[in-house]
Amino acid sequence: METVIAVLVGVLMASSVYLMLRRNLVRFVLGLALISHTANLLIFSSGGLQARFPPLITPGELVPGPDVANALPQALMLTAIVISFSVFAFLLVLAFRTYQRLETVDPDSMRSAEPMAAGAGVDGSVSGGPQ
Amino acid sequence: MNTLILRETTRVLFTLILVFSVATLLRGHDAPGGGFVGGLIASIACSLYVFVADPKDVRRLVRTDPLKTAAAGLSLAVLSGLIGILSGGGTFLSGQWVEIGGVKLGTPLLFDFGVYLVVVGAVLTFVLEIKEPAPEPPARGDK
Amino acid sequence: MSWLLAAAIVLPLACGILGLLLRPHRAMQQAVSLVAGIAHLGIATSLLVTVWREGILVVQVGGWPAPFGITLVADHLSAAMVLITSVMGAATIVYALCDIDERALVKDFHPPLQALIGAVCGAFLTGDIFNLYVWFEVMLIASLALLISGGRKAQLDGAVRYAALSLVATTLFLSGIGLLYGMTGTLNMADLHLRVQQVENQGLLSVVAILFIVAFGIKAAVFPLFFWLPASYHTPKVAVSAIFAGLLTKVGVYSMIRVFTLIFTHDVGYTHGILLWTAGLTMVTGVLGAASHNELRRILSFHIISQIGYMVLGLALFTPLALVGAVFYILHHIIVKANLFFVAGAAERLSGSSDLKTLGGVYREQPLLAALFFVPAFSLAGFPPLSGFWAKLLVIKASVESQQYWIAAVALAVGLLTMYSMTKIWVNGIWKARPASAEKPPPLSRANRALLLGPIICLAAMTLAIGLWPGPLYDLAERAGHEVMDPSNYVEAVLGRSETAALGAGAGVGE
Repeated sequence: METVIAVLVGVLMASSVYLMLRRNLVRFVLGLALISHTANLLIFSSGGLQARFPPLITPGELVPGPDVANALPQALMLTAIVISFSVFAFLLVLAFRTYQRLETVDPDSMRSAEPMAAGAGVDGSVSGGPQ
Repeated sequence: MNTLILRETTRVLFTLILVFSVATLLRGHDAPGGGFVGGLIASIACSLYVFVADPKDVRRLVRTDPLKTAAAGLSLAVLSGLIGILSGGGTFLSGQWVEIGGVKLGTPLLFDFGVYLVVVGAVLTFVLEIKEPAPEPPARGDK
Repeated sequence: MSWLLAAAIVLPLACGILGLLLRPHRAMQQAVSLVAGIAHLGIATSLLVTVWREGILVVQVGGWPAPFGITLVADHLSAAMVLITSVMGAATIVYALCDIDERALVKDFHPPLQALIGAVCGAFLTGDIFNLYVWFEVMLIASLALLISGGRKAQLDGAVRYAALSLVATTLFLSGIGLLYGMTGTLNMADLHLRVQQVENQGLLSVVAILFIVAFGIKAAVFPLFFWLPASYHTPKVAVSAIFAGLLTKVGVYSMIRVFTLIFTHDVGYTHGILLWTAGLTMVTGVLGAASHNELRRILSFHIISQIGYMVLGLALFTPLALVGAVFYILHHIIVKANLFFVAGAAERLSGSSDLKTLGGVYREQPLLAALFFVPAFSLAGFPPLSGFWAKLLVIKASVESQQYWIAAVALAVGLLTMYSMTKIWVNGIWKARPASAEKPPPLSRANRALLLGPIICLAAMTLAIGLWPGPLYDLAERAGHEVMDPSNYVEAVLGRSETAALGAGAGVGE
């Protein structure tokens, strides 16, 4: 089972990196959403994959019974999911607004923050050169 | 997006989903459920409403600024933690309980309700932000 | 006194919430923020004094004992960082009273600023590595809200780059935490210190260490991972730039210091060797980038990168003196760098430009501002007797003592180039006459001038004071540096004596 999950994590990671490398902001955002799920799956499998009971205490008992699953990775995942949910929502709005204002989703043609000067190198400006 | 079917279904679903979200919130007391899930379900209802209605109508319906709703939820959550400190020796976020007519009420419920408000407020802020036209940027400083 | 730890985090967060509830009352929001900033300064000062007198302070949140619950820890390093954070917060709030005065911007400024201060303090004080991740994310959302407030094109463009790389960083951080948890079964950093020594697969530990280097490296803007910083830091309002420049990258450096002294010390030659190369390349690329630019804030952004190199160098050398140097460097750098951004903003407000080509006449028209620029600029370059001289001296002395002569040479050369860059600003921006084409902006009122220059004067005075009397700060850095080099006190304070002894012996570690 661990092997299957490990391969799945690898495939998901590769897909999200592929998405993030596209020159399209929307795909980039989707890639980020995918990569955060990959990290969650990684945490999930790091807690050990075994068929066990949910970590709940049955009524009338004071401690959970034997063979309950480790609750901590699940709690960590839940926290991470909540955080990535809010960040993803924020990022979607940011991408949408950026598209509205800059009228492009290609990161390479967004040059408002680092304007390309005439005859400049990769970085976008020349020191002392003609403007 | 704004079809007749969606509009009429939303009319019915909106209330149903809201009731369900409150049930989930309260169920979280002893069983799976709780503020975050309840809040998400409620924000589905609100998002549906935003899809079919004018954003202005939605703002009129919820009455307060969604961001303020989220802030109020956050302060409720903090307050529920402070009660733990103030009432006798506990530390931040330790639970305090009262029993009214056989029903146990405690600070965790207050905390959950706070989380519920935060989720609804935050999601509504984002959804309205997308639906509403972009605000005019300030004139100065933009080349 | 342990409530001080929680208060340092909860107070700014609570005031941020209050600020949201007070929207859109501009004056009330500003008042709440100002009171919160001053109160936080008081809390942070007494926290540092308490730690100085009584040693490491520990709080177990919710009463859960150490390896199970979340622990807040204030050692000398954390307490000093919290104090410097709150100094920066207060200075930014005062500066912003004039810098950010449009009604539309004020309502979106103070709540996220307070959240940012709370999150940064949380990151400094937490003793739990997953909790550190949570504070990173809170910090990220708060800083994004500050970055896009105003919604100009350049801001959105910068914010996309900033958000993209930061999110990749936090995801890598999260993956690293997952793998680390899988190997050790704990998240408490003090507990991790003991458990990693029992991990059999040391190779996998090195892989996780690299994940952490990349994650914190993006946050700290080290050599191949810094591109988001010069793309975004010059775009928002000056007050926002200044607090970003002062604090955010330093949280990355702090986390690096914490993790690479407490957890990943199994193969110092390998991990810290990578850090050493990174440090050298970061210093050089940063200063070269700065030399090639003409816009004030973009030059200063590149200088952040090159200075980060010195701090990472202190960690990479991994000797007590080097870490003392790194801590001293961080504390000096935060003050100086934020102040330089404040000065750049004031120059823009008072003379109407931030481009060296069109800026000019500052020395003639604003002699006070020119003098105030001189102090942080030449402190950054390492002029004696300013604070940067002592910081550079410590780091370079440490590299000579560890016989890493090449890195000492690089550090010295980068210092010279920094001086060149600062002289360029001085000659072109401050000294030369105002170009004929440049328009003079309307003069500021006396009160606004005081609000702009007040924080600059205070921070410049601190730089001068550290330069002339480096003793007290050196003592603090010495304690902090020795404490992180020898984590046994830290571990003992968090876990308690008996627990440490049992685990340290490596016997009877049952799950």
